[in-house]
Amino acid sequence: MNRFILPLVAAVVLIPILVLGLRSDPTALPSPYIGKPAPEFELPTLKDPAKTIGTANLRGQMSIVNIWATWCVGCRAEHQFLVELSEEGSIPIYGINWRDNRQNALNWLAQLGDPYVASGFDADARVGIDWGAYGAPETFLVNADGIVLYRFTGPLSWPIWEQEFVPLIAAGAGR
Amino acid sequence: MIPEIGHFALILALCLALCQGILPLVGAHRDDAAMMSIARSAAAGQFLFVSISFGCLIWAFIHDDFSVLYVANHSQLSLPGIYKVSATWSAHEGSLLMWIFILAAWTMAVARFSSDLPMKLLARVIGVLGLLSVGFLLFALLTSNPFERLVPAAIDGADLNPLLQDPGLAIHPPLLYVGYVGFSVAFAFAIAAMISGELDRQWARWTRPWTIVAWLFLTMGIALGSWWAYYELGWGGWWFWDAVENASFMPWLVGTALIHSLAVTERRGLFKSWTLLLAISVFSLSLLGTFLVRSGIIVSVHAFATDPTRGFFILAFLSIVIIGALVLYAWRAPALDSDVGFGLFSRETFLLLNNVLLVVAATLVLLGTLAPLIVEMLNGDKISIGPPWFEVAFLVPMIPLIFLMGLGMHTAWRQQSTTPIIKLLRIPAIGAVVVGIVLPLLFYGRVGLMLAVGCIAAVWIVATSLLQPWRSWRRKEGEAGITRSALGMSIAHLGMGLFVIGVTVVSAFGVESDRAMREGEIIELAGMQFEMREFREVKGPNYDAIEGVVEIRKDGKYLATVRPQKRQYLVQTSLMTEAGIHPSWNKDLFVALGEDLGGGAWSVRIQYKPMIRFIWIGAFVMALGGLVAVTDRRYRRKDVTP
Repeated sequence: MNRFILPLVAAVVLIPILVLGLRSDPTALPSPYIGKPAPEFELPTLKDPAKTIGTANLRGQMSIVNIWATWCVGCRAEHQFLVELSEEGSIPIYGINWRDNRQNALNWLAQLGDPYVASGFDADARVGIDWGAYGAPETFLVNADGIVLYRFTGPLSWPIWEQEFVPLIAAGAGR
Repeated sequence: MIPEIGHFALILALCLALCQGILPLVGAHRDDAAMMSIARSAAAGQFLFVSISFGCLIWAFIHDDFSVLYVANHSQLSLPGIYKVSATWSAHEGSLLMWIFILAAWTMAVARFSSDLPMKLLARVIGVLGLLSVGFLLFALLTSNPFERLVPAAIDGADLNPLLQDPGLAIHPPLLYVGYVGFSVAFAFAIAAMISGELDRQWARWTRPWTIVAWLFLTMGIALGSWWAYYELGWGGWWFWDAVENASFMPWLVGTALIHSLAVTERRGLFKSWTLLLAISVFSLSLLGTFLVRSGIIVSVHAFATDPTRGFFILAFLSIVIIGALVLYAWRAPALDSDVGFGLFSRETFLLLNNVLLVVAATLVLLGTLAPLIVEMLNGDKISIGPPWFEVAFLVPMIPLIFLMGLGMHTAWRQQSTTPIIKLLRIPAIGAVVVGIVLPLLFYGRVGLMLAVGCIAAVWIVATSLLQPWRSWRRKEGEAGITRSALGMSIAHLGMGLFVIGVTVVSAFGVESDRAMREGEIIELAGMQFEMREFREVKGPNYDAIEGVVEIRKDGKYLATVRPQKRQYLVQTSLMTEAGIHPSWNKDLFVALGEDLGGGAWSVRIQYKPMIRFIWIGAFVMALGGLVAVTDRRYRRKDVTP
């Protein structure tokens, strides 16, 4: 009699695994840099190739680094949010324009607004790889000492911002 | 108006499915012939209304009705006509409706072709299928209504995902679903047998052809998906052990086991409870596959958009079906088991081994697929299990299976004496070893352990599966020829042999090279010269593309020109790789464009893929074998009802 119950037991074990699986978000990827210094980089800026932007610019105050590209649909989706965030002026936004075409990127900013303090131009994706970028858009929260506090993959929005970023920023500022 | 008709028809179908699911089962319980006879007409009515509903959705796509949200999200004015139709099942809502349609069609087929079935059995089978329809119809109507309106209507649609704009992908999901859903018939037969407590050889004879037909569609569906991935994803691989591929492969493995176990139940009245368990498992795995694809709990190129309510609904449905079936199994199966013995060296033993090995393989694939989920739950780590693990884990049960297959095919039922089979298989065995080692040396000039194992296995299966048809062909006047059933088995096993040849040769001798190429540059690979003649711009109906024109020569002699493209789809702004392939029966030459490296150079991937066609040809030969087997005389009806 016993062996006929075994399949039932197996199913009863398996189903809770699936239930729990439903609750976790498979797209949330931990970054190996969380709690560690942001990877060093120095890139020509998008608007003026003669100037550069890099890790040094991130020091001194809390900032976010946003990896974006004009070919990326998610970036278009979050762009309005970034513009609104920059208008609020609570935190500087640095961009890394990733695997893109300079002219397309400039047109995009001219057309949709430019929320970035500056964007580095990362055509060959070296910096993106150093930062462990998995796809665009990706956003990193970096504190005043250049330590990565948080990484978010996918398009940002106000609810996500309030829920994920604001508490970390408040905790960082209060320290 | 038409979309509302579709929606309304779907609601009516639900009402009829409720009648179909409840009344015949109650009737069978109470021995009430009038109630049981509702089964057929309710199934027919349900099929009619589901067809109307499905037709309305297709109509909305063909007529670019962007006031329907689902159409606006997955179609577009300039989309070529055939893709407007196939866009219907390109995403969750529409493919769910197609699933329901196919389930209703299977039910109709069972009702139509089973007039020799006892009334009670038929009523129960159709009743169980009706309950499954209720589940899926509720799922569609409550969480995923494809007819939801968009106000105000969109002027143009968001276009079909360019990955899906391909003839292979237009027919891959329907074939796959016919297979997946078809296993629900075997499931319904199993439940009906457990409810009645009667399971005889006759039952297996009725169940088996339905299972084989479902299996052959699933085989073709998987093969087509693999072929599509090969030329469309641009990597040149043919199987990626992606979670969703695994989701279709597990039912295939268990379905294959079920076909073999049904053979034993049909011929010898053995393995009854095991057959039931396999019938439950194969459909449960089909449902699990649907859950994995539609809940978004696993990241995959195939996964549909995440929606937790849908995930919970399908999970609840899955739990009810699986737990219900297994409770019934734990309660009823013990009484069904029979104690007929069989000799150690007999076909029964080989089929048992076949079943064990296939189930072990399916379990390993299941573990590999779910392991990332389990590990994450235990300690929050993200792990990913890739091809290296699957390839090793999968080969462990497969290699013995392949060798046993040749032996099992020629072993008698009950008890086989050793001398005649040694005499029969001596020559194929020696032949396989010799040919398996000599052929690769001759054609490709090299031999290794895995290569030799693969080639010997392949030649062994091909030789042993041809043995029976060959002897039948050369038989003396008056002797009985091979039955369709045995011929089908031989063909299906031959397909397996061809598949093994393809896999072995392409993994041992496939060559690839990733390099930057400019116009006029030549790359040498596998003794051939690939010259990039030019890059040119091409305009498609809904995309712009860069096309590389690559001329392939061997020793200065022109061989072929291939035109790989990188397509920029205009509405979805996504880039797609369209590989340039020069196919022939014994090798593929594959060129794909990677990225624009600037300065007129592109990264280019060139691959030489010997015998890769055998992988898909093998799969289609397997399916053909299934088709031949179901035409066996004993499955055809003798009595024709007026």
